[in-house]
Amino acid sequence: MQIEEFSSGDSWVHKLDPRVKIVVTLVFSVVVALNSHLEVVAISLILPFVLIICARLNFGKVMLRLAIVNGFILFLWLFLPFTTPGETIYSMGPLTIQREGLYQALLITLKSNSIILMVIALLSTSRIFTLVHAMSHLWVPDKLVHLFFFCFRYIHVIHEEYHRLVNAMKMRGFKPRTNMHTYRAYSYLVGMLLIRSFNRSKRVLHAMKCRGFKRKFYILHHYEMKRFDYALAGSSLAFSILLMVAR
Amino acid sequence: MIKLRDIRFKYASHFLFDGLNLTIERGDRVGLLGANGCGKTTLCHIIMGLLAPESGDVEIFGKKRTKESDFAEIRGKIGFLFQDSDDQLFCPTVIEDVAFGPLNMGQSPEEAKRTVTSTLKSLKLSGFEDRITYKLSGGEKRLVSLATVLAMKPDFLILDEPTSGLDEKTTQRLVEILKESNLGYMIISHDRDFIKLTVDKLIQMKDGQIQTADWNSLEM
Repeated sequence: MQIEEFSSGDSWVHKLDPRVKIVVTLVFSVVVALNSHLEVVAISLILPFVLIICARLNFGKVMLRLAIVNGFILFLWLFLPFTTPGETIYSMGPLTIQREGLYQALLITLKSNSIILMVIALLSTSRIFTLVHAMSHLWVPDKLVHLFFFCFRYIHVIHEEYHRLVNAMKMRGFKPRTNMHTYRAYSYLVGMLLIRSFNRSKRVLHAMKCRGFKRKFYILHHYEMKRFDYALAGSSLAFSILLMVAR
Repeated sequence: MIKLRDIRFKYASHFLFDGLNLTIERGDRVGLLGANGCGKTTLCHIIMGLLAPESGDVEIFGKKRTKESDFAEIRGKIGFLFQDSDDQLFCPTVIEDVAFGPLNMGQSPEEAKRTVTSTLKSLKLSGFEDRITYKLSGGEKRLVSLATVLAMKPDFLILDEPTSGLDEKTTQRLVEILKESNLGYMIISHDRDFIKLTVDKLIQMKDGQIQTADWNSLEM
């Protein structure tokens, strides 16, 4: 599983203070999500594009991630143009395409892509643990931070466990079909994964207790805002405000 | 140093231990033998306070331990190496994982970093600081797990199947590390050659009791 594939670079974008990254991404996303002007949303794409170029990310891989998101958005294009009431611009038999529907679909597509690109540019260029630290610096509740972190750390282990089980099933000639046997086998698989994860979580807690864990995480690296951080924070926030007031 | 008296522990409906006694002195190097599922790991968990016995006394460092806070005091002093390194290593990078214990013991981040550097160096793992824990090989994971335990400067080690899944070379390194250390330890293992090289006292668990075992029981 490649969750952190973009995090191992050394551009200035990678080195930014993770707190700045989180705040900027959050403000930018809210501003873009709430804007209903097509032109403004289109312009908002500039910032994440510039950042992605500066971060020297592999363009193909970025597009692959976008493709996944746009796969969901495709469904909107299948329904919105036909169902939103408004001015008819084309009709084929009983189906009519409305201008408002097209506008909405395009707006949502641009917004989603703009926000996802921003998340890729800023958040996926940091290691998860760095973001977790930054979250605790930004007064996110401890429980949420720990939940987020352990999800990430053990998703990998559970994923491996899943593959081991599936491979073991294949080795014994299992082929999924539409029958009870298949459903039962899959439900055993899911059940087994749940139980194993639960047991593992107990063992992990035990191991942590043995090393003196007292329900508090101490932070090894502290962050310091540098000139670049202020520069990015300032310019991005200014850009977001500009988007907000632009009509 | 570790004294268990008349421990009774119930597992499902039957008693796994029914009056178990065990004494280990500081500096002892003990090998614990026993069949699969006879309760060796359970015994270790009782010593560490992760499981509570039905009845009986757990006395560690001359003090009776009953509450969670009693055991919290000894957990840095008795280092416990888990069977599965994936349970032990939970931080993304090696430096953070090894620093976890020292930070919990109240070291400052700077002190903790120094502890990490010296511990890794003593295990010939220098340069591993920024490696991603879940991408390490099985052998590396085991050695880093040992580093996370040693970084807490324990007085005694308990190692649960330390050689399972290790190749000969890593096993050999583990033997050297243990022999060169001046720590006492208890090792659970089915690896006869490893046990022979590392311990000077053998005990075995049978029918929920601890008995002394003679070296001939290793030759089979």
